[in-house]
Amino acid sequence: MIKLYSNFLVSGVLASTILLCPIAYADNGKLLGTGAVTSIEGAGGGGIVPWATTASYAEKGEWGFTVNGNFADVDDFQLGVQSLNATYGNRIEVSYAQQRLGLNTIGGDLKQEIYGLKVRVAGDVIYGDLPQLSVGVQHKRNTTFALPEAVGATDDTGTDVYVSAAKAWLAGPFARTWVANLTLRATKANQLGLLGFGGDKNDDYEAMAEASLGMFINRHWLVGAEYRQKPDNLGFAQEYDWRDVFVGWFPNKSVAVVVAYVDLKSIAGLPDQSGAYASVQISF
Amino acid sequence: MNYFAILLAALALLLGSTTAQARTDASLYQELGAKQGISDLMAVFVLEIAQDERVIHHFDNVDIDRFHRMLSQHLCELTGGPCEYTGADMVEVHTGMAITRAEFNAIVEDLITAMEKEGIAVSTQNRLLAILAEFHGEIVGQ
Repeated sequence: MIKLYSNFLVSGVLASTILLCPIAYADNGKLLGTGAVTSIEGAGGGGIVPWATTASYAEKGEWGFTVNGNFADVDDFQLGVQSLNATYGNRIEVSYAQQRLGLNTIGGDLKQEIYGLKVRVAGDVIYGDLPQLSVGVQHKRNTTFALPEAVGATDDTGTDVYVSAAKAWLAGPFARTWVANLTLRATKANQLGLLGFGGDKNDDYEAMAEASLGMFINRHWLVGAEYRQKPDNLGFAQEYDWRDVFVGWFPNKSVAVVVAYVDLKSIAGLPDQSGAYASVQISF
Repeated sequence: MNYFAILLAALALLLGSTTAQARTDASLYQELGAKQGISDLMAVFVLEIAQDERVIHHFDNVDIDRFHRMLSQHLCELTGGPCEYTGADMVEVHTGMAITRAEFNAIVEDLITAMEKEGIAVSTQNRLLAILAEFHGEIVGQ
């Protein structure tokens, strides 16, 4: 637990250092906010939903990198995520994430690693009529499998495949800039994969819908909500859909900070898992 | 599931409303301070471009006074003002310049900075940006 907090603290300190530093670390060619933030699975996106946007501010011919920390604290669990993300040319995004779910009430923890790849196949989030369309994969490997196996999970590895569409309206309702993202994911992952893949109740891929909607109050502040459908593969406890409402802050192209209220319903039979979420993203 | 339905409904509403938002009426021209306001804004904008090393090389042989006059005239027309743009179309103007996506965005950032300096409201900024973003396809990569 201390390690998690300290990692998050390091991200925070690093972020504030960059905030106070006048040098532009990320002088890349995309517009502020269009790199979005980093989701809990390491992909560029919202908090719980990967978006069709590519991470960082790298435009055509440019490289971009992000370092991220995400943290969620609900009644009986704490999720900590650290991730790295490399993007080339507003086209290809490669990510690596480590997730750790602390089981405060049950004891112990669940961990996994996620290797992600996302490719923008068409469109642009801001320009043109077409939404930005991307396809992605997330290959997940449990590093702790004893508990998932004990509750009926079939595999300790799994691969999610998703398609995402993202669109921004520069002058939407209230003459504010709005952004929407819809993601369809084929998955067997139980609780993101932290409880393994497939199970006694269902062992097939299923399609899940995930959506985010946000409004930029001005250039720097984004408010919005997300919803993520989840499969229900394990007989021991029902798995529920997740949702959150968030506030994102984009002070410059180097840093993005998100705070959110998450409602994760019941996890592993423990009801009413709601609480706070925060993430820090540093872009290079 | 209810929550999801609300999100989708909001999305549908958004899609529906954008067609209405795309129209231009004279109110945007007035919000920008009419002819004088647009001229002032374009003067600040041109100064921002002049200091922007990412794009300034494109303006090496440009007659700045004429550029300012044409920009102001074009914006006046686009925002519903009583002007007629007499310059060449955007494809013709930018042909051979090979403007990149990053350079287009740099110009957008210069315009946003200029609008901030002129104290233009976010809603007005967004309505202008939405109109100008339509030219992306005609300007980039020509």
